[in-house]
Formats: sequence, structure tokens, C-alpha cells
Amino acid sequence: MQPISGPDQDGSEALHPQMQGEELLRVSGISKAFPSVRALDDVRFELRRGTVHALMGENGAGKSTLMKILAGVIQPDEGSIYLKGRRVSLKTPLEALGHGIAMIHQELNLMPSMTVAENVWIRREPLNRLGLVDHARMRRMTQALFDRLNIGVDPDARIGELAVASRQMVEIAKAISYESDVLIMDEPTSALTEKEADHLFEIIADLKKSGVGIVYISHKMDEILKISDDISIFRDGKYIGTYRNGEITRDEIVFRMVDRELSQMFPKENVPSAEVILSVRELSLEGVFRDVSFDLRAGEILGFAGLVGAGRSNIAETLFGVTPATSGEILIRNEKIAISSPGQAIRKGVGFLTEDRGTTGSMQVLSVQENMQVAVLQNGFTKVGFLSGSALRDACSDMCERLKVKAASLETPVGTLSGGNQQKVLLGRWLLTRPQILILDEPTKGIDVGAKAEVHGLISRMASNGAAIILISSEMPEVLGMSDRVVVVHEGRIAGILDRKDATQVSIMEMIAR
Amino acid sequence: MNGVQSLTMSRKQPAKASGWRRFDEINILMVLVGIALLCEALGWIFIGQSFLGNPQRLTIAILQVSVIGIIAIGVTQVIITGGIDLSSGSVVAMTAMIVASLAQSEGWARALYPSLVELPAYVPIVAGILLGLIAGCINGLLIAYAKIPPFIATLGMMVSARGIAKWYTRGQPVSGLTDEFTAIGSSAWPVAIFIVIAIIFHIAMKYTRYGKFTYAIGANPQAARVSGINVERHLVKVYAIAGMLAGIAGVVACARAQTAQSGMGYMYELDAIAAAVIGGTSLAGGVGRIAGTVIGVIILGLISSGFTFLRIDAYYQEIVKGIIIVVAVGSDVYRSRKRLKK
Repeated sequence: MQPISGPDQDGSEALHPQMQGEELLRVSGISKAFPSVRALDDVRFELRRGTVHALMGENGAGKSTLMKILAGVIQPDEGSIYLKGRRVSLKTPLEALGHGIAMIHQELNLMPSMTVAENVWIRREPLNRLGLVDHARMRRMTQALFDRLNIGVDPDARIGELAVASRQMVEIAKAISYESDVLIMDEPTSALTEKEADHLFEIIADLKKSGVGIVYISHKMDEILKISDDISIFRDGKYIGTYRNGEITRDEIVFRMVDRELSQMFPKENVPSAEVILSVRELSLEGVFRDVSFDLRAGEILGFAGLVGAGRSNIAETLFGVTPATSGEILIRNEKIAISSPGQAIRKGVGFLTEDRGTTGSMQVLSVQENMQVAVLQNGFTKVGFLSGSALRDACSDMCERLKVKAASLETPVGTLSGGNQQKVLLGRWLLTRPQILILDEPTKGIDVGAKAEVHGLISRMASNGAAIILISSEMPEVLGMSDRVVVVHEGRIAGILDRKDATQVSIMEMIAR
Repeated sequence: MNGVQSLTMSRKQPAKASGWRRFDEINILMVLVGIALLCEALGWIFIGQSFLGNPQRLTIAILQVSVIGIIAIGVTQVIITGGIDLSSGSVVAMTAMIVASLAQSEGWARALYPSLVELPAYVPIVAGILLGLIAGCINGLLIAYAKIPPFIATLGMMVSARGIAKWYTRGQPVSGLTDEFTAIGSSAWPVAIFIVIAIIFHIAMKYTRYGKFTYAIGANPQAARVSGINVERHLVKVYAIAGMLAGIAGVVACARAQTAQSGMGYMYELDAIAAAVIGGTSLAGGVGRIAGTVIGVIILGLISSGFTFLRIDAYYQEIVKGIIIVVAVGSDVYRSRKRLKK
């Protein structure tokens, strides 16, 4: 099929005859280079009033860079931006807001120590006659906004006290409160459960009706196909084309994104279960979860399904010694052990890829190598107190090759890599420790289809080599596709354990609802 | 996947950074050379003498800052963990006073402990090191386990240690030190001690677990914890080492001055922090090098010796020093922003 507008046509005249809805935003000829990579190369893009325009591409394809340019966070090296036909320059986020472009950031940009209302109206606080902040009115304005959007969050709560999903809804409400013409959403559902995501889609439908144009970035293909009107595809910083939703199939999208066919999304190989490696007996953490019991066998992938906040991550943190259990037993290879610190867990052969890459995972200013080697340094690669530099370098280099990490060198600061590549580096951190038990908390969160398939393949291969894996994921297809058995966690308890053949979206939701 | 493959790293052709880029101190080294050349040029123009042509002057320039340099090596490590140490100058005074009281000679009429005169030099030296270590340990324990912010904990230590220094002799100086003890402060010994300590910790920060953990904690304490690092214990180590180095600095300072006063080391902590920051250490944590700090220290020494050489008023020295610190931090902010930009 032919794209509506392809890269080889002339930029300004690429309007498709069928395009309805007034043109809201148009960018053309945008290029942006960073020290290590050319992030955008002569890219263009158009947004129509009252539509959702999805941007698709692998990590590092340039979507986030383009969005940051539109939001005024960074400036392009070349190219022009037209808003309602007028050329504009967006030098700061404030200028972008002034032109009616608001952005919901992928990384949350809220101040944890301030209240919800203060966060929403920051810089726009309602003032009383004396010029002081009118807190009562600010509270009412917030409540009115939340009522309109059907969000049940207390305006007086402090952001730091809220669950990640609630914070995300606040961030969304804040962006909407600017009453902008253009709303940019960068992975808005990555922290949301399915129910909350549906709520967001209702909000989006209302916004569309009122004429707002929405730029939508997500790695979740189902979402894109469900809510978008137009789909633009990027690859390696280049514009590939724009397509109407419905005129292009899922496989075609993936093919254009990665320029290769994905034979299988979930390459799970069946591994016969052998000995029990990890055995958890009535494990409890007071006030968080209780009576958690399960067995984990060598070569097994044990999925943990449940709603966000059900306690899945808490169980993982306790198994890893971040928050030691208040009662219950953990047995590794039939030996009862007390795990009271992460260091101890690592020595017992446990690895833990945490959910929140930014706060508990990556060390942004440090290099790829330093991020990768930090966990393995505990128990190896030293001779009489000195690090064996070349062995470490080789190990990290090999790991980067295996994981296909896209980075200029091992010395590149991790903070300059795309989310997916950061995730691969962190995964490499744990693979280097050769864990017997690997806990993966949302291992594919915010990473693209191609990288996802690679990570899935990797997890599966590790299991076939005898590692025991706990896979926590909010993406139901991932849990169902990858796991040998599925543990359903609900409100701090195990609601049930399903075998692969019995586990379906329906059976899991039934267990939660029961 | 054409673009993907080419950017992917491979073992056969490791994408190494070029030689210049790997030497991160190049910027700050150029500042050092620039200041030296400026002094040289101004020297010929106004004084009619060479600044650099006098090796003795250069040695003295570094000698003057070697005590600050020893402190700065500890302070750099603390700052890399994302903390701060305001107590080092006061710890210098405290250790100097106590060390001096253990190093007095027999012939001195007003010995503090008349029964403890003519002790071998290692007694006051070891006492000084231990005293600094204890002060640093207290800092570390307060910060790591009592969770008191580093600024506050070390501010408390700064005030109290200075208080101890004054209380110890009710404000009187301690003099009459043995020749054996003052020998370690004579000629260029302080410079040698500074350089040796700098080399030890340069290696420790770069090639040992201790160093890697220090960077990791500064870059992201939570991630460090989840990576199995005992963050609390490590922080105590870093602050204890910083305290120990302040103790050594106290020993050297009092041996060099051949006396101890409660006002010694006044504001040294700020000079040490300035040297670290000029040398590229980021107050946000996770970034910094001992080599950079050493250059930062030498810059501070060169400024004051250059100004004295040029017969510029001491008041101007402080004004210019302040400007150089701010410019250095400004360029650091700019550099790190460029580094992380995306």
C-alpha cells in the first residue's frame, strides 16, 4: 500500500485529499543531532483538529525527540513548525504552552512534596484580592476539573502519597487544564491499569469532540489501533510515512517500524519443570501482603498477574531483601534462608530488575559499563582488591552485543540512551550476575515492539538454560504468552495459581473479581 | 535493520572514545595553564621578572595549598556520593591542637602535659589520624543511619570541632614541638604527602569496588541499593576516610607551622569544596575525579602565589577567587547539561 505521504514527496504539498479536519499543526524538514546520534533527519508530521495522531517507531526512532521539540523542551537544528498555518518558534516549554501545545511527559514531572492542587495550577495559582494564593478556590477549581474528567483523586493529597497510576491521572488532568489545542501524550498508559487506560480513552474521545488534536505515543499496538485516526511511522530518526488507521494492518505497521517481520511475539519454548529452586511459605509483610506461598522450578517462568497496586512488586521486593518479610519462610534449594538485604539476595543467586527504571534502576550520569557491572562487582571480577578492568570490559561488551544495546560506546552515559536501551543495560546488569532466580518487574515497560521481542526471546532462552524466572507484567498478553504458570495477586494475597493451559484473560479477571 | 546493526557495539571494533575525550581533565588543565601563562605575561610586563622561571616559587605555591589539597581529596569523595562535608577545616584545627599537645619537647617550659613530653613522632601522628577518623565516623553514622542531611550533620561537626579546638587550651596556642615531629612539615614534605594520598585515592576511585560503589551511590542511591550495595555502610566509610584525611591534614598543618592554634584551617572546607568543584566534581553526585581536584587545588595555589608575585592587594585575591569558583561551577553545569542532553 502507498503511504498518504511518503518521504520522497515534497513536504508542503503532501496533504491527502481525504484529510478532513482543519490542519492544526504541521512540522517539516525537522532535523536534530545529538553528540552521539542523529536523532531526527528531515522529519515531518501533520496533526488535524479533533483527531488522534499516533507516532510509532522503535526506541530511538526519534518520536520522543520530535515531541520534545513540539513541547519546546529542545530546539531543532533545522526545520519549521506551523501552528494553524502560522510559522512559530518554540524556544521554551512556556512558549509552547502559550501557543496552545501541552505535553504529558513520559517521566512524571510532578513535585512529590506539593499537593495535587498546587501541582495542577503551578504558575497559574488563583490569587485573592491581596495577591496571595487563594487555596480554597484552587481546591474548587481542581475538584471541578477532576469531576469533569471523572477522576477520583483528593486535591489536597500530596503527590508523593499517591500511587503511580493516580499521579499519571493528575498529570493528564494538569495537561488538559491548559485547554490547549494540541495535547501531546508520551506513553500515557505505561503506568495505568487496563481500567484506568479505558478511562483515559473516554477522556480522549471527549477531547476529540471539542476539537483538540492529540499526538499519541505508545508501544502498545492494541491501544494505537483502538484510538488513533492517523498513524505516522518513524525509523532510526527518519520519517517513513503516514497512514489512516484501518488502511494498514498491524503486521504492516510492525514491518515498517522495524523493517523486518516479527515471526513470533512470544517465543516461549516449553521446558519440562525440574527441581524446585525457590519455595515461598506463608510469606507476609505486615500491612502490605500476607500468606504468600508458591514454588518456583528450574527452567520455569512464573507470571505474576494482577492490578497495579495489588502487591506484586512488594512481594518481589521482599524476596530480594529490599523490605524484609515480617513472617513466613523462603527456601532456596530446600535450604531455609533469611534474606534481609539485596546484597544477601544476590549472593544467593537472585537478581531483580526493578519496575521503575528512573528511580531504582539506572544511574543516569554513569556510563553503560558502570551501570552494567555494578551488581556483579559484589561477588567477582576483583583480584586482591583491584577490579580486573579488561575482563569487566569484555564481559560488558559481550553483554551489549548479546542484548543489541544501541550506544556509541561503553563510556556513553546511560542517561543519553533511549528508554529501551537503558532497559537492556539494566537487564544486562542482572544477566552478568548469572542468577539462578531472576525477578523481572515489568521488563518491557516503555520499550518498543522489536526490543520487546528480543527481551522475550532472551527471557525464554534463560529459562531453557535452567534459570527460574518470576515475570511481573501488567500486559496481559505478555504474562499469558510467556508464563508456564500464572500467579494471580489481588489485594495483597494470592488469589490463585493457574497452569498455562487454563490461564486466559477471562480466567484471571474472574479470579480477581471473585 | 541497517541502522541498528551499525550502531550496535561489537567486540571486534570496540567504539572507544578518542584519547582526548577520555582525558576529562583537559578543560581544567587548560585553565591552569592559562592562569600560569597570564601570570608569566603580566610578570614580564609589570615586574620585569619571570613567574614560571622560579621553581622555588612554584613549590611554595603548591606547599601553601597542600593541606587544603589533602582535605579536598576526602571532600571530593564525599561530594561524589551526593553529600557535602563542611567539617574538614574545623577537624584540622581540632586535630592540630591535640596532636601538638602530644608532640611537645622537653625544653618547653609551658608543656600541656609535662609528663608526656618527647614522645616519639608516631604517637601524635597516629593520634591525629585516629581523631580525624572518629570525627568522620560520627559524620557518617549521623548521615547514613540517623538520616540527618549531610549539610546539617557536618555543620554540627564543624561548629563542635572548632569548639573543642578552642576549649582544649582555653584559646591558647600550643608550641614547642619536637624536631622529629616538625620534620614532616618541613621543606616539601607536605607536597609529597599530598601527592601520595592523591595517587592512592585516584587509584582507589578508579580501580576498586570502593570507588565504583561511591560513584554508584552518588548517581542513584536507590539503584545502588537494589544492586546489592550496602549504601549505609559505604557512606560511613566515605565520611570516615574524609575525616581521616582531615586528621592527616591537621598533623601536616601543625608540623609545618611548628605550632597549633584554634583558628587553624579556618574556611579550609570551603576552599576544598571549591577545589573539587573547579576540578569537575558535580555537587549533584556521581561525577568527579581526584585528578581534577588536584588540578583545582593547584589552581587555587597558583592564583594566590601569582597575585602575591604581582604585588596585588590580598583583598583582590579573594574577589577573583570567588569569580573563578562561580565560573568553574557554571561551566560544570553547562558541561553536564550537554552530556545528558536528549
